[in-house]
Amino acid sequence: MALHFTKDDEAILAGHKGMGAKMALRIVAETARLMSAPRLIPIASAHIDGALYHGDSGTLFAEKLVEGEAKVAVRSTLNVGALDLMGCSKQRLPPHERDMAKRMMRAYEKMGCEPSWTCSPYQAGHRPALGSDVAWGESNAVVFCNSVLGARTNRYGDFLDIACAIAGRAPDYGLHRTENRRARFVIDVSGLSEQLRRADIFYPVLGTWFGLEMTNDIGVVDGLQGFPNEDNLKAFGAASASSGGVGLFHIAGVTPEAPTVEAALQGQKPEKVIRVTIDMVLGALKRLSNASSEAIDAIAIGSPHLSLDETHALLTLLNGRKVARPFFACTGRHVLRAIEADGTRSKLESLGITIVADTCVVVTPMLPEGGGVLMTNSGKFAHYATGNTGYTVQYGSLKDCVESAVSGHVIRDGGLWQ
Amino acid sequence: MKAHVLIAGEARGEVLALSHPISFWGGVDPRTGDIIDARHPERGKNIGGKILALPGMIGSSSAAAVMLELIHAGKAPAALIMPEPDAILLLGVIVAHEMEWPNCPAFALDKTSQKTLHGKTIHIASDGEIKI
Repeated sequence: MALHFTKDDEAILAGHKGMGAKMALRIVAETARLMSAPRLIPIASAHIDGALYHGDSGTLFAEKLVEGEAKVAVRSTLNVGALDLMGCSKQRLPPHERDMAKRMMRAYEKMGCEPSWTCSPYQAGHRPALGSDVAWGESNAVVFCNSVLGARTNRYGDFLDIACAIAGRAPDYGLHRTENRRARFVIDVSGLSEQLRRADIFYPVLGTWFGLEMTNDIGVVDGLQGFPNEDNLKAFGAASASSGGVGLFHIAGVTPEAPTVEAALQGQKPEKVIRVTIDMVLGALKRLSNASSEAIDAIAIGSPHLSLDETHALLTLLNGRKVARPFFACTGRHVLRAIEADGTRSKLESLGITIVADTCVVVTPMLPEGGGVLMTNSGKFAHYATGNTGYTVQYGSLKDCVESAVSGHVIRDGGLWQ
Repeated sequence: MKAHVLIAGEARGEVLALSHPISFWGGVDPRTGDIIDARHPERGKNIGGKILALPGMIGSSSAAAVMLELIHAGKAPAALIMPEPDAILLLGVIVAHEMEWPNCPAFALDKTSQKTLHGKTIHIASDGEIKI
């Protein structure tokens, strides 16, 4: 199936709008061909995950676009980079890597992207409307955008996100189409205790189970009506997009395309109904920890980046006590400004917390050298920490992380899981 | 056996058929091509120069960046085989074309056929024909 090009497209492909615009449209069109998309559709916004330094190649690509005078055509926020440009925390990048990472971040800013530098753009004022088509990258942002906001995006990888932002268009396939957003599985969690369904720690754990079970299929969760807040949905989605490739989930009575289970199924019968037992949840919980030692060397929270509420919860749980181990709280500039204004930042720092802005501990070297045991409440950190940092993981709730940070060894409240 | 051509090119090499889906970001070291995901059954194997057969893709949308870096560093697989086109991973290959860097041809082939090729040295022609 040949892709239809408009007159404007043909002018761009002939290079009349600059080499950067031409390269971007060629990348979008080649992806459309690969994915058998019949056409390109206009997009309302983009979230760009491509500005994180993984090596020189990504910097060279961004600079080639800048050199070709490419500019984004729609609102485009930026995901994390490899450096804390706000200067709250220090990264151990060698001089060459530091220079290339900074050049990369600057190149994306030059193309007109907003310097949001966060993996929680949806909590930094970037909330596309229900039903609108967008091109978002970063797996947790994608799943939140689709599931919680009901805007429509595929899982845009690095490079395609910026290419779509420059072209202002995206290939029409996958989750842009209503019929592909239908849930095929029903996940019934009503058999789990209310206490568990009310607990923050339940959501990344259930998300981990969901990602393993669904891989990249779509399921509707039933039995959570009235329970999760937005930060719980954020944690659930991030975990499901780490253990699996989930791009969209529905939660009946909670997410916008699932006022009911039947609505999420689009009137069709589910292929399978899974009744989640406590043993299934415990299996996912166990998987999140892989450390053999109860002594911990560092604590990290904030993947996805902490909301303002979550920074306040951290301060409340610390209750004036100093941490005995390095403790990293990762967030975005949108929250940094707020916690500077309300005094939370200075209080957290006086208790030994390192605030991390613009980046996070698993994407750039910043945990103490030599490795060890990392404690976290993030399903995503738990999934990626060992591969990316060498640290093994002890998983727990935010409260567990705080108590363990104060004492230096793992303290967990196990009562919840009875 | 014939695979569907996703990104044209021919390749020769030993097939490494992964037993479990992988996230390239956090799963493969972009500098060396080593599989580093602590929970992956093929941890420690190197994908450079191999014909890498993937049963599925999971995890981060930064896989394209890792793929581009592998190509730029000369540590990319000789070819990719996947059950269906993956718009994230293959973007690394598409961008490599725009940068005028080496190719990494890609083919679609079902998981069951992938497994039968594991460990064998094969040639994939530009039309997708596979010879052992």
